[in-house]
Amino acid sequence: MSSDSHAPHIVGYGKLIAVWLGLLFFTGLTVWVSRQQTGIGHVWGSLAISVVKSGLVITFYMHMRHEGWLLRSLLFVALLTLAIFIGFTFFDVLYR
Amino acid sequence: MTSAAQFSPATSSFWNDTGKSGITSWVFSTDHKRIGLLYLYSVLTFFLIAVSLGALLRIELMAPGRTIMGPQTYNAVFTVHGVLMIFLFIIPGFPGAFGNLIMPIQIGARDVAFPRLNLFSWWLYIAGAAIIVTSLFTGGGPPDTGWTFYVPFSERTGTNVSLAVFGVFIVGFSSILTGVNFVTTIHRLRAEGMRWGRLPLFVWSVYATAWVQILATPILGITLVLILAERVLGTGLFDPTKGGDPLMYQHLFWIYSHPAVYIMILPGMGVISDIIPVFARKPIFGYKMIAFSSLAIAGAGSLVWGHHMFTSGMSDNAVLIFSFLTFVVAIPSAIKVFNWVSTLYRGSISLEAPMLFALSFILLFSIGGLAGLILGAAATDIHVHDTQFVVGHFHYVIFGGAGFAFFGAMHYWLPKFYGRRYHERTAVIAWALLFVGFNITYFSMMVLGMEGMPRRYYDYLPEFAPLNLVSTIGSWIMISGLILMMVNLFRGLFRGEAIGQNPWGGATLEWSVPTPPPTENFIEEPVVTHGPYDFKGAGIP
Repeated sequence: MSSDSHAPHIVGYGKLIAVWLGLLFFTGLTVWVSRQQTGIGHVWGSLAISVVKSGLVITFYMHMRHEGWLLRSLLFVALLTLAIFIGFTFFDVLYR
Repeated sequence: MTSAAQFSPATSSFWNDTGKSGITSWVFSTDHKRIGLLYLYSVLTFFLIAVSLGALLRIELMAPGRTIMGPQTYNAVFTVHGVLMIFLFIIPGFPGAFGNLIMPIQIGARDVAFPRLNLFSWWLYIAGAAIIVTSLFTGGGPPDTGWTFYVPFSERTGTNVSLAVFGVFIVGFSSILTGVNFVTTIHRLRAEGMRWGRLPLFVWSVYATAWVQILATPILGITLVLILAERVLGTGLFDPTKGGDPLMYQHLFWIYSHPAVYIMILPGMGVISDIIPVFARKPIFGYKMIAFSSLAIAGAGSLVWGHHMFTSGMSDNAVLIFSFLTFVVAIPSAIKVFNWVSTLYRGSISLEAPMLFALSFILLFSIGGLAGLILGAAATDIHVHDTQFVVGHFHYVIFGGAGFAFFGAMHYWLPKFYGRRYHERTAVIAWALLFVGFNITYFSMMVLGMEGMPRRYYDYLPEFAPLNLVSTIGSWIMISGLILMMVNLFRGLFRGEAIGQNPWGGATLEWSVPTPPPTENFIEEPVVTHGPYDFKGAGIP
């Protein structure tokens, strides 16, 4: 972990509220996407939106942008594992 | 294994050097050895209860029709047998007990990286176990869903599924925290000279297991929370009438629970890899391949969960892909077996109890593994899916594999911590009873499955009666061996013959410290100068 990960960092209320509003917007977007008659398309849409939402939470609320390479790599491993798990269920869901 | 490992025999041990007394010196101890023993006695308690339930199941199945219990009781007994064995014995057993007892000493550390978190993990395990036990006597009584908690039945049954899955959820947290602790410990606390290429193979297996614990267990947690949401809130996630998908539950459950099989078996493989060189008096054959095959099993084994769902209505494409991936896992497993057998070749084999358990592990795991290929091939799985064949296969892998490795580890390592050992001849007799009884019990089940007897059925057709009787008699032989083994082992540990620092002639670090080990394991920081199976380098004849 790099030394800057221990440096104090404060995220301002303005930015936190902006992120929160962004999350609310994407939640609304998820609801809208789920009501579109696009077949499997709405699943991909919802997944894409949730990736963006989790990215916002991890980056700003979990302060990952202030962390060093070690924690970022561990996060990458966890996300990759999750992506593989979700991806492999589509061998079934897409072709059933 | 060390250049600075000459200790005075008068060194106080972890038994008497705690600064506390009574039960608080145990339940609030942050010493990895004490926590390891806490886990050992906890998991053995649940193991013995679950064995008793298994014995009752076998008595019920001894003859067609009602023998000693009704169908609802039968459903509850096989569910509780599975839940206790899987979630409270074999998943936490190896990492919690032997991972804690052995791993830090083998890497030359004084303790794990987060000792308090380690104690907290045990407390979480106990809290989860208490909740599971409570679920048996409250609400609608013990769950009757099988240990897999499959929907839609688990959403609708009136039995106490909600509390049971909450207990398993808590136990899952314990497992995740242990995994985090062990990965950190192995990365950060290795002694000087303990390079990755000098790690004992048990440590490699614990390391691979810890990653599975970290990455797969959260999915179990999520899945169990979803069952609670279904039962309490009626969310409809798995209910087709509300747009849900019941197969999604099976995906989520097996995404964790198939890798969980490797949480059970991988440390067992590590134990075998440590026992065989010592009792064959030969360095391990193919150290790197065994180490990397542990990681390969952990990785590939996490991608094969769909083979539990071949008959569920899953897509044909998924069946093909998961079937192929299942065969891929057989490769690193076979690498291990070939390397163990190659280690034995031209070795000076000493057939003492730990070695007998290790050798029987190779045979029983191989039978179970090959039976797994029958289940992993989609075509043959259609015929034997959900039959007694699956029960036989599973017990060959998990009891014949992980269970026998656990018994081997108890005989191999526990004397080191107690300073006394069991009676060897009695241990061999107990092993023989276990081995014979085991094969009679579970091979009969595999044949019954091939003949078409379904699993989890309370009653069966008359043509299945003879083999069911044979299987039940086998279970009695096995249990008599088990009782003899436990009595002999623990009697020996408290009253048996005293042993020295290195009774087996092992070259790994735990044999270079006094018996029993001191509180912080090493008086001086060890400096590792040779590999874990380099007997000549360790000066062992």
